Amino acid sequence: MAKQHVVVIGGGLAGLAVTMRLAEAGIHVYLVSMVPVKRSHSVCAQGGINSVNELTRQQGDNEWLHLDDTVYGGDFLQHQPPVKEMCDWGPRVIHLLDRLGVPFNRTPEGFLDQRRFGGTMFKRTAFAGATTGQQLIYALDEQVRRWEADGLVEKFEYWEFLGPIVDESGHCRGAVVQDMFSMKIRSLAGDALVLATGGCGLIYGRSTMSMICTGGAAGRAFKSGVHYANGEFIQVHPTAIPGTDKLRLMSESARGEGGRVWVPAKPQDTRDPLSIPSDERYYFLEERYPKYGNLVPRDIATREIFDVCVNQGLSVERGALCVYLDVTELSPETHKKLEGILEIYEKFQGVDPRQVPMKIFPAVHYSMGGLWVDYERDGNTGGLVEGSVRNHHSNVPGIFVIGEADYQYHGGNRLGANSLLSCIFTGLFVAPTLENWLKSLPKGGAEDQPVSLFDGAVAVHQSDMDVLIRNQGDENPYKLHEELGELMTRCVTVVRINKELQDCVDKIGEFQERYGRISIADKGEWTNQNFSFTRALGDMLTMARVIAKGALQRDECRGAHFKPEFLIPAPESDEPAELRRQAQTWCDAFKVKNEKWLKSTIAKYTPSGPELSYADVDTSLIPPRPRTYGLKGAEIIEETWRNMTAGGTGDRGGDAVVAPASAS
Amino acid sequence: MSRTLEVKVLRQADPHSGSHWETFDVAYEAGMNVTTVMQRIAANPVTADHRDTTPVAYDACCLEEVCGACTMVINDRVRQACSALVDTLLADGAGVIEVRPMTKFPVIRDLVVDRSPMFQSLKRVKAWVRVDGYYDLGSGPRVTRQEQEEAYPLSRCMSCGCCVEACPQFNDHSAFIGPATISQAVLFNSHPTGKVDRDDRLAVLSGVGGIVDCGNSQNCVKVCPKDIPLTDSIAKAGRDTTTYKIRQWFGR
Repeated sequence: MAKQHVVVIGGGLAGLAVTMRLAEAGIHVYLVSMVPVKRSHSVCAQGGINSVNELTRQQGDNEWLHLDDTVYGGDFLQHQPPVKEMCDWGPRVIHLLDRLGVPFNRTPEGFLDQRRFGGTMFKRTAFAGATTGQQLIYALDEQVRRWEADGLVEKFEYWEFLGPIVDESGHCRGAVVQDMFSMKIRSLAGDALVLATGGCGLIYGRSTMSMICTGGAAGRAFKSGVHYANGEFIQVHPTAIPGTDKLRLMSESARGEGGRVWVPAKPQDTRDPLSIPSDERYYFLEERYPKYGNLVPRDIATREIFDVCVNQGLSVERGALCVYLDVTELSPETHKKLEGILEIYEKFQGVDPRQVPMKIFPAVHYSMGGLWVDYERDGNTGGLVEGSVRNHHSNVPGIFVIGEADYQYHGGNRLGANSLLSCIFTGLFVAPTLENWLKSLPKGGAEDQPVSLFDGAVAVHQSDMDVLIRNQGDENPYKLHEELGELMTRCVTVVRINKELQDCVDKIGEFQERYGRISIADKGEWTNQNFSFTRALGDMLTMARVIAKGALQRDECRGAHFKPEFLIPAPESDEPAELRRQAQTWCDAFKVKNEKWLKSTIAKYTPSGPELSYADVDTSLIPPRPRTYGLKGAEIIEETWRNMTAGGTGDRGGDAVVAPASAS
Repeated sequence: MSRTLEVKVLRQADPHSGSHWETFDVAYEAGMNVTTVMQRIAANPVTADHRDTTPVAYDACCLEEVCGACTMVINDRVRQACSALVDTLLADGAGVIEVRPMTKFPVIRDLVVDRSPMFQSLKRVKAWVRVDGYYDLGSGPRVTRQEQEEAYPLSRCMSCGCCVEACPQFNDHSAFIGPATISQAVLFNSHPTGKVDRDDRLAVLSGVGGIVDCGNSQNCVKVCPKDIPLTDSIAKAGRDTTTYKIRQWFGR
């Protein structure tokens, strides 16, 4: 019998975590990456990784509260069992990383230091300076190199994933991949295919994402029949540095360590910012959100910055949109903790942020949505059944998805420092699932499948390449990409309006027609990046349509998806009885909205465009409640909602799970 | 009136071809870096003398100088294209922006080189912590703040290759393993768990291409974009290999 193999696409945190864990179990892995895995996009994560820890635990924290913050911050769009499992794993993940030698910052006594991040009142975030993602990926990269030296991992670096190989029965039997140097296309037989291919920020032209985050792999899986869920939920990070090639992230840790966001009260005040007295500064996040201050969840901080600049005309600069992110008041010791990001600002802007407030503006940052995957709920714990072959399994048998590429953990909005956790957790957690999947397969692995299956799949991609590379036309791929980025950034980011979204969907259709007339300047067959980019552009157009159509159809506000046309007006009366009545109206509208829209968007590929359907969300652990950060009348709304839902309605489904006594 | 930059790129079609210069006129944009210059050339691959050509092949990934991908030689200095700001290059007195691939690695095409030898060297010095396994076995060893502050700068090495590009001892005629790898060996030898493999690492650093091949030019530390104290690491590795050899002498 042929040896079984797992093909892992993507060598970021999720891909490396599953690879090392499989290798430990003696399973051979082909690890495919467009870049040497050490250079994957995970290096860009800055601020840290969340987990309940011994200190927060004694302050009243526990895994249940981490779950609660995550689903409340995500506006209840996540299935809760996977999130619960992730939060329960948090401490274990941190222990492992600590043992692997990650140079986490330390307290004077030598324990792990933690900082506070958005959407929580606890200091849950462990960090390594302000380059935590880089430090974590290096630790995992080193472990995978160890297994590579032992012969259990074979890396395909500078290889690109072109699509899964699916047999007549609908089972995935491996992947077609292309050497980005020789442009040779080949098949990799695999008994399971794991996609750990990250996000799709390049659809927006410039974002905080790396050049490889095209969404190409997700698009290719989607076209092969894997469903895509919640595509319209794209996180726009509140603080990034504008740039001509990309928008560089300025981590939430700057605010976690005490950095403050403000604008001069006088529009475009030309004074030196440090000479503006504090009563002539508008600390709008602190004023509007007294509880969370500068650490409100990202979607909210982003909308406020957008509102201050666009609607109120308070942008710091006249010609450009930006606000101050000010760390000048912080101590030298704190500056040291933030060194990695302060260096980035200094290097790219030529200004020392320790001396002068930074100028920042929101930028597209993360895909909460992703390829659809299943899970198996554990009736006793409310989490997942470890090792179940349903976990992280897509609708195509044999294709599994983990990390940012899947849709499961962040709902309508991701909390800062939860992404590193979800990436590493899903990588580790899917390994026993894959072991069981391999055991469940009938004798005769993927390598025993007929040669024609593999050759046929390679031939299809070879022919697609030949056609595209020879295509004659007047369209320039880079210019079309720029237009796509501008369109998507204008229509499907912070504020979404149906008229514009309809226009956007139509335009993407036109772009797809224009793509048919694309011309590639480089017709060569050696290291043809021009061709690789153009092929990925086709996938970006496919996925842009999924995102835009999802946004168009979802008529509500939820997390990062903000449609003012469908905003429930906040109670505003100063008269108590009237306020109560308005709160009741608000809650009634909220209930109706949830009945209709507390659903996962599921997109299915068809040649004429994506077909959308909607599926129920498992909210069996924590009943959905209004997300009232900073909302006027928040207390009265919460009280009204509690009264409306008191006693339970029995319609939440699932088994009863008892929260720990200290949970709120 | 829009300004134009003169950009010269050393091009090479494949590993077996010769190289030649191509010049491009690229419209200046405020705040642009060399990566943006390459993007603009890709969108309009026409040389300054109006000949159609192909887009320049180059590596680029994070564009924040944390991944190390886009390392190349820009105006005679090895650095990352993303953090090479055009304004800074112009302020340094350059009238022309001149870009070529690193010289210490085989060229794949244009500015893309094969840096896999750097990753191979990391295998030789076992640049990892050999943990018992990935099940939860509790927290890691207690580490003092001072130890963390020494380890973190070394741990920021992104295998970009700047140090070996600048190192006169790292070349075709020498087996020198290079500053980055030596520094990684030092990093793992200083880790409470990582040091169980200390002697294996020191054996490599004591052997052919090891620490004695360092010519002490100190170029490495000058070009390291992350300010890693590479010469301190080399000095430490020098001391440790000496004691290692003495220990070997006495058979322990």
